[in-house]
Amino acid sequence: METNKTKEALFSKKNRKLLSDPMNINNPITVQVLGICSALAITVKLKPAVVMSLSVIVVMALANVITSLMRNMIPNRIRIIVQLVVVATLVILVDQVLKAFVYDVSKQLSVFVGLIITNCIIMGRIEAFSLGNTPWKSFLDGIGNGASYGLILIVVSFFRELFGNGTLYDYPIIEKLGLYELGYHNNGMMLLPPMALIVVAVIIWWQRSKTPSLIEKD
Amino acid sequence: MQELINIFVKSIFIDNMIFAYFLGMCSYLAVSKTVKTGMGLGLAVTFVLTITVPVNYLLQTRILDKGALAWLDPSFSDVDLSFLSFIMFIAVIAAMVQLVEMIVEKFAPALYSALGIFLPLIAVNCSILGGSLFMQERAYSTIGQATAFGFGSGIGWLLAVLAIAAIRERLKYSHVPPALRGLGITFMITGLMGIAFMSFMGIKL
Repeated sequence: METNKTKEALFSKKNRKLLSDPMNINNPITVQVLGICSALAITVKLKPAVVMSLSVIVVMALANVITSLMRNMIPNRIRIIVQLVVVATLVILVDQVLKAFVYDVSKQLSVFVGLIITNCIIMGRIEAFSLGNTPWKSFLDGIGNGASYGLILIVVSFFRELFGNGTLYDYPIIEKLGLYELGYHNNGMMLLPPMALIVVAVIIWWQRSKTPSLIEKD
Repeated sequence: MQELINIFVKSIFIDNMIFAYFLGMCSYLAVSKTVKTGMGLGLAVTFVLTITVPVNYLLQTRILDKGALAWLDPSFSDVDLSFLSFIMFIAVIAAMVQLVEMIVEKFAPALYSALGIFLPLIAVNCSILGGSLFMQERAYSTIGQATAFGFGSGIGWLLAVLAIAAIRERLKYSHVPPALRGLGITFMITGLMGIAFMSFMGIKL
């Protein structure tokens, strides 16, 4: 399989790029516009967002590896169904694990664990990357994209929980700082669904002003 | 009947797939550049939701639920297959999309060329699977209710995508800060529309 004489190191520069690119210039949410569906509804608090990110990372990395191992066997016409079955099986496993170990979070996530199946980011990366690359590279790509998806989720839920609820990971930080006695009030609006979109829009705004190459031309 | 209308209206305005749950956002952002494509995908989504939600409802109540297999043989009455629901639902959706595509191609070529590339995309649209999962979570009691919910959700999605597409067409003539152009401003507008839709909360017929 290795045609070039010098075997590529496990963490060569190219492979590290697979991990770091999705963080900024190829971020799945803000640049590729994938996986927004489930990303926003569960960002009211940090805890479900963290659990969701971990589940997506696990599902993505494994799904990428499995489809990459099968890439030469899957007939082109039915590949979508094969991919869906692989992803759905992994999601069922994750769902059962969540139900067994963190039942309360699994209740909060409700249908959104199931929706990882149709999360466009997973199908998108399988289609675009793992069907044409070796398992190890696909694994790195899955971890990189999953982690950067999680990063956005955690940033959004950080702001929403801090300003909307005055807590961080259920720790009442604003109360401990004593800001309430100074007349500070929580902004309940941050907890409403539409604010997730606006927080993401601000992140996109900030990222694109920092990296002008991402600005869309009309 | 009144109950059905209530579920229908509720799933359009209050539990709107896009503004309340952000389902199907990916394709929503992708096709909302013009009203025409938005209309195409919106119709296809409505169509598929109206079919898959009742089918999955039957699957859920006759096969997957705890004790649902009792009609086959009384000894199956404590079998609980609900952990299989994800894979069954997605299989039904993928198969239904394929079937709908073939039927539409055969009997309504004009509609087929209008929907065209959008039909296959629907299998991975979150709002379709989301519709089935919400149906499962809310445990509707009759198939009529499930159908009303599926149809209403589809119409709600169509409404949302038409509204944003119309706004985006007008947006070409306005001065948006460069870094916000395209994706950013669409997110903000969707957020604002979501806030507007929240005013429907509490409506009951």
